[in-house]
Amino acid sequence: MNLRKFFLIALKDLRLILRDPTGLVFMLLAPFALTLGMGALTGRFSGSPQFGISQIPVVIVNQDSGELGQVLVDVFTSEELNELVLVDLRSDPTEARTLVDQDKTAAAIIVPEGFSASIFSAESATAVVPIEFYENPTRQTSTGIARSILESFLNEVEISRVSSKLIVGQLLASGAIQPEQAAALGAVVGREVATNTSRNASVRLISGTAESSNIKFDVLAYMAPGMAMLFLMYTITLGGRSLLVEARAGTLARMLISPTNAGFILGGKGFGIFLTAVTQLVIVIGGTSLLFRLQWGDWLGVALLILAAAFGASGWGILMAAVLKTPGQVAITGSAIALLFGILGGSFFDISMLPGWVRSLSMLTPNSWANEGFRILSMGGRLGAIQTHLTVLVVMGVALYGVGTVMLSRRGLMAK
Amino acid sequence: MGIVLEVCNLVKKYNGNVAVDKISFDIEDGEIFSLLGPNGAGKTTTISILSTLLTPTEGSATIFGYSLTKQPMEVKKLIGVVPQEIALYDDLSALENLNFWGEMYGLTGKALKTRVSEVLEQIGLTDRAKDRVKTYSGGMKRRVNIGVGLLHKPRLLFMDEPTVGIDPQSRRAILDSVKALNTAGMTILYTTHYMEEAQELSDRVGIIDHGKLIALGTQAELTAQVGEMDTLILHVGENEDPEHLAQGLRTVQGVFQANPSDHEVALVTPSAEEVLAPVVSRANELGIKIHSVDIREPNLEAVFLHLTGRALRD
Repeated sequence: MNLRKFFLIALKDLRLILRDPTGLVFMLLAPFALTLGMGALTGRFSGSPQFGISQIPVVIVNQDSGELGQVLVDVFTSEELNELVLVDLRSDPTEARTLVDQDKTAAAIIVPEGFSASIFSAESATAVVPIEFYENPTRQTSTGIARSILESFLNEVEISRVSSKLIVGQLLASGAIQPEQAAALGAVVGREVATNTSRNASVRLISGTAESSNIKFDVLAYMAPGMAMLFLMYTITLGGRSLLVEARAGTLARMLISPTNAGFILGGKGFGIFLTAVTQLVIVIGGTSLLFRLQWGDWLGVALLILAAAFGASGWGILMAAVLKTPGQVAITGSAIALLFGILGGSFFDISMLPGWVRSLSMLTPNSWANEGFRILSMGGRLGAIQTHLTVLVVMGVALYGVGTVMLSRRGLMAK
Repeated sequence: MGIVLEVCNLVKKYNGNVAVDKISFDIEDGEIFSLLGPNGAGKTTTISILSTLLTPTEGSATIFGYSLTKQPMEVKKLIGVVPQEIALYDDLSALENLNFWGEMYGLTGKALKTRVSEVLEQIGLTDRAKDRVKTYSGGMKRRVNIGVGLLHKPRLLFMDEPTVGIDPQSRRAILDSVKALNTAGMTILYTTHYMEEAQELSDRVGIIDHGKLIALGTQAELTAQVGEMDTLILHVGENEDPEHLAQGLRTVQGVFQANPSDHEVALVTPSAEEVLAPVVSRANELGIKIHSVDIREPNLEAVFLHLTGRALRD
């Protein structure tokens, strides 16, 4: 019965926020309007997309004596990518990693000796010599883009490797070739398919035209998550504020008088904030998908990231309600925090342009992790690429809910 | 008739301040018991303790035999509370509010639907059930506030100043509904600072002041404490000084007490008729013009005045 009341309280809060005109403006109208406006400003709707990220510094060390290492370099230095990525070719892997450690570049890609050979001869994907991607943790957006380009290249290579195995297998089965000819033929076929596919497909992948690729780099895909998270924080503020409003209006006391465990009441309030946050993200993401044909990427990843982002962000709502005294204080402080988190979290511009200490600070915001995660997904990244983001957001939520609950109890809002 | 609520030496302190000071009383099944006292006397704190919202600093209380502190969930199921403030969601309709609070009290499905309809009928808001509460008048909101407390058919209902800030017509309707609930068998603990309400409704009255229960009994028992005293109310002009008049009248023979308040002085006397002439004469000597005079038979106001030296509204 208490669990039923837990959901009852949460749904009631969601209903109240959806009936609040101010809440609706912040939840729905503002994110759409700002995304639309910024998209128009950056030329998304005029066919000349330009966005806030350019000249991402990437160091490539190509130690591979085969063709594929050079193909990778060609992809990164291609005309289509020359505005997005600034490639610095080096020969020493240690030097490349040092440049990353010193924050002089976003990422280092080290192609080891034997990479091409391992692709053409490996029996399985695990036998392939791996490419090292050494990333700068304070430039999440930039490294996410570089990683995305690299992953799309590797995907094509893997497809080619498997294709060549199939072709050789079929030739062997049909008796067209002898077993002793298989290895040499496999290498030739694989090399041909891989180089052609990689040159063409990988370059097309980055070009941003819907017809030629399944992965696009869309200016709105960069901006929409930022706007969604910015206004999510405003919504969270409304949720946190509602706890103090209820305490003032006497409805919280009335709930506590009813035969309901106090923990379930606080839990229901917290879940209400989370539910509101999830609803907002779903509507904004669904809406931009339909209205702007925005590709948010892997839907499982997007769904999990929505839940994690809403959880991490709503923890801040509970903390605000626990720390601040009045609904007015929550409204003012919450707006300031939403704006600050928006700036630090990269809602307005690429945070990799900011000093290192600001980038470190940004990692405390749910915006930073969620924005980055959504951008990785929208650029073709899969669930595995956002595992860290999901984990950080969930841990953030657990910590903030925990601290907030203890503080609320100590403050006497829920306890007697 | 059995005892449904028993309070023993209840104390509540906030940061060293005593809000409720060793209060003891009991309520019998089927009666209306009023706690009468001025604002800040400790009525709401007492109700908050009895409704399990606050934990007493000392003392104990049982409701239907269940301990407030040890068996709060059992107590919560048996009591209904109508708080002093209107504790409703303004952006929900009366119907939605009643549905929500009904579910909070464990009602679901058909039982909830039936009970909500009954309560809407009872509070006379069936026609406006789907309108949002924020569009209601103060009186209508008060009625919904009461309706919420009745949803689960509590055996004991706490009503904390349910008529504060409403028009006379709505007040009349609420007082009538309290009587109707009691007639239907509900035991009621009613708090008020309006003497007239306590007089009209109560089987027994507890008078509370500064956190202490200073008198307890039926109205007849309480007024007997004042003896055969009358209360004479002298109304003076806005520019007059009631304190000065009260001071001057305390020496008039037959005046036992003279208590000033806003634009009036209340005199306690064995015979209002006998002291009237010398009182008016003294007022003239003091240069204070008396606009009008009320003579009141012994009542709860007089009891409070007698016990505290202050009027209830002070």
